[in-house]
Amino acid sequence: MIKLNNRDYECQDGITVEELMKLNNFTYARIIVYLNGEVVLPENYASTTIHHGDDVKAIHLMAGG
Amino acid sequence: MNMEKINLARKLIKEYHYDLKAIDKGYTGRTLYVNVGSHDIKEKSVTQLIKDKFIGGKGFGLYYLWQAVTESTRWNDPENEIVISSGPVGGITQYPGSGKSLVVTLSPLTDMPMDSNAGGYFGPYLKFSGFDALELQGKADKDVIIFINGVKGTISIEEVPNEDIDTHIFGEQLTELYADNEEDKRNIAVISTGTAARHTNIGLLNFTFYDVRRKGTRLKQAGRGGIGTVFRDKHIKAVVIKVAGVKGNENHPVDKLTLNKIGIKMHKEIHDLDNSQNRMRQIGTANIIEVMDQYDLLPTHNYKFGAHKDTYKISSRVFTAKVTQNSPDGCWFGCSLACAKAADHFELKTGPYKGEKVSIDGPEYENAAGLGSNLGIFDPDAILELNFYCDTYGLDTISFATMTAFVMECYENGILNKERTGGLELTFGNIEAAFELIHQMSRGEGFGKIVGMGIRKMKEYFVKEYGADPKFLSDIGMEQKGLEFSEYLPKESLAQQGGYGLTNKGPQHDEAWLIFMDMVNNQIPTFEDKAEALHYYPMFRTWFGLVGFCKLPWNDIAPANNKFTDEPAKIPEHVQNYVDVYNAVTGMSIDKHELIRQSERVYNFQRLFNIRMGYGKRIHDKIPYRAMGPVTMEEYESRQERYDRQLVEHLGYDPANKTTEEKMKVLREYRLDQYEKLTDAVYKRRGWTMDGVPTAEKLQELGMDLPELLEVVKKHV
Ligand code: SF4
Repeated sequence: MIKLNNRDYECQDGITVEELMKLNNFTYARIIVYLNGEVVLPENYASTTIHHGDDVKAIHLMAGG
Repeated sequence: MNMEKINLARKLIKEYHYDLKAIDKGYTGRTLYVNVGSHDIKEKSVTQLIKDKFIGGKGFGLYYLWQAVTESTRWNDPENEIVISSGPVGGITQYPGSGKSLVVTLSPLTDMPMDSNAGGYFGPYLKFSGFDALELQGKADKDVIIFINGVKGTISIEEVPNEDIDTHIFGEQLTELYADNEEDKRNIAVISTGTAARHTNIGLLNFTFYDVRRKGTRLKQAGRGGIGTVFRDKHIKAVVIKVAGVKGNENHPVDKLTLNKIGIKMHKEIHDLDNSQNRMRQIGTANIIEVMDQYDLLPTHNYKFGAHKDTYKISSRVFTAKVTQNSPDGCWFGCSLACAKAADHFELKTGPYKGEKVSIDGPEYENAAGLGSNLGIFDPDAILELNFYCDTYGLDTISFATMTAFVMECYENGILNKERTGGLELTFGNIEAAFELIHQMSRGEGFGKIVGMGIRKMKEYFVKEYGADPKFLSDIGMEQKGLEFSEYLPKESLAQQGGYGLTNKGPQHDEAWLIFMDMVNNQIPTFEDKAEALHYYPMFRTWFGLVGFCKLPWNDIAPANNKFTDEPAKIPEHVQNYVDVYNAVTGMSIDKHELIRQSERVYNFQRLFNIRMGYGKRIHDKIPYRAMGPVTMEEYESRQERYDRQLVEHLGYDPANKTTEEKMKVLREYRLDQYEKLTDAVYKRRGWTMDGVPTAEKLQELGMDLPELLEVVKKHV
């Protein structure tokens, strides 16, 4: 279990950021990912793993429309 | 009618001379009043109080409109005005998106002040001609053109034959007529509307400007709320402005060096990052069509659903291929975000211009979603052509789309049938019927005339004439305050329900777009968090319309280091840019907090203006249930897993062995209650009573305790 955008979220231990984004259909081009408060850059999505208890935020940057 | 005929029949009925005057720190210090009924033309001084409290743009529009009307004035009374103003920053060329015009009038749809913004050159040219705002009042007997000659310092009212002409022809003809030569065409700006504005309540105002590269005119629209309908009701055919040219320092800013510096930094950011962010230069706002579909937010079949299996057929990639590329498509000089795209050499398949090849402005996201998925139409050429006809006929695309979606649902529910629609089979996806409807609006005929009244009036009509169930119509009729909703599905975001409902002019997303922040990011979980967002964003975004900025360069591009800031959603660096640009032009020294207060003054003024006109209270802030949750079983069952889960999580209600109707009832009660709680929290945050009236204390705190406002408060608290 991790926290994803402040909600409980069940996923495999060791899943990568890239996999998590895919699972959630987070396709928007401007998303900022934070892992335990630290920004994860897009080039590191595939190599960054997430473990139980982690706090992940995927902030979609669109406040406009 | 061709231009030669118009030219021959033109009759000068009034000419007025004025002194040309340089702009000082973003203001001319003077506005222009034209009464097309009495032919009175006046200059008015802009006092310090007006500048301090109302800033410019929409603030000026609301101020002058308030002086012009009484509580009993209606949209088609001669006293109603159309006021156009850009704002103190409007017309600079250093920072992207600095040429917007704001238009204010009493709306035929809402009976309250409407504001709508448009790109193009009109607002800046008005200022370069010597005026911070233009008030149009009265009603002419015969059609007139008003010509403001900012080169010579003359204003003329000319009588022209009573005949409607569509904008793509008329705008071009007037540009030709008033320009001295080809080179001079860029110095002409025109506002006018098309043939449908007279027959419907959703007429828009087209802003025609000359595109030097295309060697043809382009259009931008002040679309919302029927401003074009008011324009034609006044028998104004067009307002034309001519200037001597555009220079970078026309506004005489106090600090040009700072302006240049911030501008260059912003242009570089757009150049370096737009391709990997929103691709605004490639496709404009249509970039989000498939994104909205993937997040279940793309209005489909009158907002029943948020996604459709055929969306790929109208995805941004499809439109990218149709839109002319590598063109600096700015709607004002210096806008490097250049989102004002166009599809050139498009051959029309229907209507009076069938077979002609035209340039079509757009598509913007709203058009593709409204004229596309919301009508069940997944044919990109049909969307482009509907878009073209909306523009040239002078119809607000958003209202046209939402109204057509509404009648399609009424048709599919048996409220309408072929007999009632005069033979139109208005089922979702029927392209032919949608075209016939739009052409009928242009001709002022048939069922098109009924639809052109707007959803609010249609609901009354269908109940009275066809015995339709008023509750069902009010659930599915996507209007509020009389204005049709814009094209986002807010069902799963309570904050966006407030972003639509708790607005001044009606459900247009230009005050707040909070769906991702709320529904996906879960950044504003409590009522207080949502209320804070519904305070900050509407106030921040109101400010664009006070000073002359376009909102897109604020958040459709972000600096590379934005992700490391405390509040990335606000794009703090851009907020600071705006503060610095405003100060550099005007010589003021506001900070980001004063920016919000400037907006709050005008925002509260507009709210009280609504209340003065008999609207603008809590009861008027309610929204149709279609915006909040599933109205029909079909909707519930299409997202059953989601709704069932919510019943368990939010209410501890076990959905097992319950009928869909039972579950829908429980969900509905819950969601209605949530909206009421949100309304309480927002009113509290904005300093209003629980009936939605700004308090005297709030006005005092803002320095907005003007006697005429306090009088309205006293009457309503
Ligand atoms: S961003 Fe687009 S709409 Fe805004 S000023 Fe630039 S071209 Fe015009």
